[in-house]
Amino acid sequence: MSAADLITSAPDREPARHSLLTRIVIYGLLVIFAFVYLIPLVVMVMTSLKPLDEVTGGNMFALPQHLTLEPWIKAWGEARIGVSDTAGIYGYFLNSIKMVVPAVLISTVLGALNGFVLTKWRFPGHKIVFGMMLFACFIPFQSVIIPMAVILGGLGDIGRSLIDLTGYSFGFGSPTVNLVIVHVIYGLGFTTLFFRNYYEIFPTELIKAAMIDGASFFQIFRRILLPNSTPIFIVTVIYQFTNIWNDFLFGSTFAAGDQAPMTVALNNLVNTSTGVVEYNVNMAAAIIAAAPTLFVYIVGGRYFVRGLMAGAVKG
Amino acid sequence: MTALEISALRKRYGALEILKGIDLTLEEGGFLVLVGPSGCGKSTLLNTIAGLDSVTSGEIRIGGQIVNGLHPSKRDIAMVFQSYALYPNMSVAQNITFGMEMRGIPKPERDKAVAEVAKKLQIEHLLARRPSQLSGGQRQRVAMGRALVRKPSVFLFDEPLSNLDAKLRVDMRVEIKRLHQTTNSTIVYVTHDQIEAMTLATKIAVLKDGEVQQVGTPAQIYDEPANLFVADFMGSPAMNLIDGTVIRQGGETMIRLDRREHPPIVLPVPAGVVADRLPADGKVIFGIRPEAVNDSESIDRKAKSVSKFEANVEIVEPAGADTFVVIHVAGKELTARMRSDTSVRVGESHTFAFNLDKAVLFDPATSARI
Repeated sequence: MSAADLITSAPDREPARHSLLTRIVIYGLLVIFAFVYLIPLVVMVMTSLKPLDEVTGGNMFALPQHLTLEPWIKAWGEARIGVSDTAGIYGYFLNSIKMVVPAVLISTVLGALNGFVLTKWRFPGHKIVFGMMLFACFIPFQSVIIPMAVILGGLGDIGRSLIDLTGYSFGFGSPTVNLVIVHVIYGLGFTTLFFRNYYEIFPTELIKAAMIDGASFFQIFRRILLPNSTPIFIVTVIYQFTNIWNDFLFGSTFAAGDQAPMTVALNNLVNTSTGVVEYNVNMAAAIIAAAPTLFVYIVGGRYFVRGLMAGAVKG
Repeated sequence: MTALEISALRKRYGALEILKGIDLTLEEGGFLVLVGPSGCGKSTLLNTIAGLDSVTSGEIRIGGQIVNGLHPSKRDIAMVFQSYALYPNMSVAQNITFGMEMRGIPKPERDKAVAEVAKKLQIEHLLARRPSQLSGGQRQRVAMGRALVRKPSVFLFDEPLSNLDAKLRVDMRVEIKRLHQTTNSTIVYVTHDQIEAMTLATKIAVLKDGEVQQVGTPAQIYDEPANLFVADFMGSPAMNLIDGTVIRQGGETMIRLDRREHPPIVLPVPAGVVADRLPADGKVIFGIRPEAVNDSESIDRKAKSVSKFEANVEIVEPAGADTFVVIHVAGKELTARMRSDTSVRVGESHTFAFNLDKAVLFDPATSARI
């Protein structure tokens, strides 16, 4: 019996009255929870569209009297962030983009390669290697900060020597590069787990056929495996993007001042203890900070569920 | 000329020995079927020929050249997999030419080759499609096309028909046979289906537990099985195997099949049995194919040695072309393949006859044919 049969035949077995009551309860609960989850967003959007006097004087839930985009413009390009001289959050937004895009792509591709090797090119001890990579998923962020700082400090020394020698640091010691390294290393455990489980059920005969066809390791990876990995690729990208974009601890530890990512900048903006608190500007900045992850999820969301379900049901 | 030569091939996974010294040869244009129950090592053997599995010891030669250390793509072979293993992200044409692309053959040449193969297999209208848009039979053809386009010295087929439904399987079987006849290619084919083995092969190798039980033409395997395993495995319904005793009667050696409710059946020793090799304790296993058991009037008129006996009919199974009749002899069920219009009825006694020309004897101690 398929799922469709189960659904269509359910009303026959259940009395109609019962079914209606059940529906009311289900939809009622759904509406309540949707309301609870949406209210903060609604308040944020409304507040960000109000002039400041309306925010400080009025009701939080009141609709804006005078719609204005002024807080958005201010948050993006004019607001003073912490003690920095830079105006607006857009510089930090770009910092985050510059850090997140390479970190996500590198960790995802490396995870795919690891998954490929761990399932289709098995070597003695592959289980131990995978177990240790899994273990990496469960190491708390805080515990790696000091060792990581030492390593990044060493990279910074190399960068300074390179500047002395060649006049260029080749990215060594740059906070953005450092954050990319940190996030790639930290993300590898997860991306490997995702791809290993996906490739575990990938037909090995395809790999064998490609070997007979004369494809090399990387040709098989690029031509056979990757084109058939879209769902898990998108799942991993969403997961990594959300995690890295939202990271605050590593960002605030390893990148200071103008180099800080968006999350750190948002904190510095909101936590300013001088002057009037511009709630409307803060709200606009917070929405801007959250927008990219929302965007990624909306674009790739349908793959997210599909990818997570892959292999759960045969067929 | 010998296309494939396997000598003393062994394959071990840790302590587990999968292949225990395989020796096989296949002449050019031959069709070798490796058949056996699951776990007998037939797929492993095929994988070692393809180079997808390493060997522990022994030699594999393809076209006279030792290929033990060669990469699969350098062995001059092509393989058709059980799942077809078509690349889902490529069109049919790309699937067929992927190997040529990997070998760096220019596009115009690839296009020409794909057109030629597509014509041969009648898949020209499918070339732009993806594998997911094809039926089982079409996928099978594409998989064969991918193998054909390489023009290898040996084709390897790994249970290529087991994913198809019964009717299509028969169609594709004919297709493969035709392909073999028209291209005169050399094929090694793995299956667990003994009918596929019988219909396709020019040479059958029956495997069990990593050892070759018998190699021979389909007729040899069927009529002169080397041991009890081969006798039982090949043929459907299986060969009747009945316990018997060697006796001396009036100076002649005879075989006696004891029965509970009827007098024993006493048979002359079948032709072809070497009398000296009859076991000393007198215990033998009498083997006879269902088609060599019939009613006394329908038995093969050309048979030189026929033995008649009475038996009760227990089960009648009409199968269309034939009717299978089950009787009891020596405590065992015995199946007779009879005409579909046979007059036997369940519960009635009937006169049956053995065509002893087709009967064989086995030694129960060694299970080898006598």
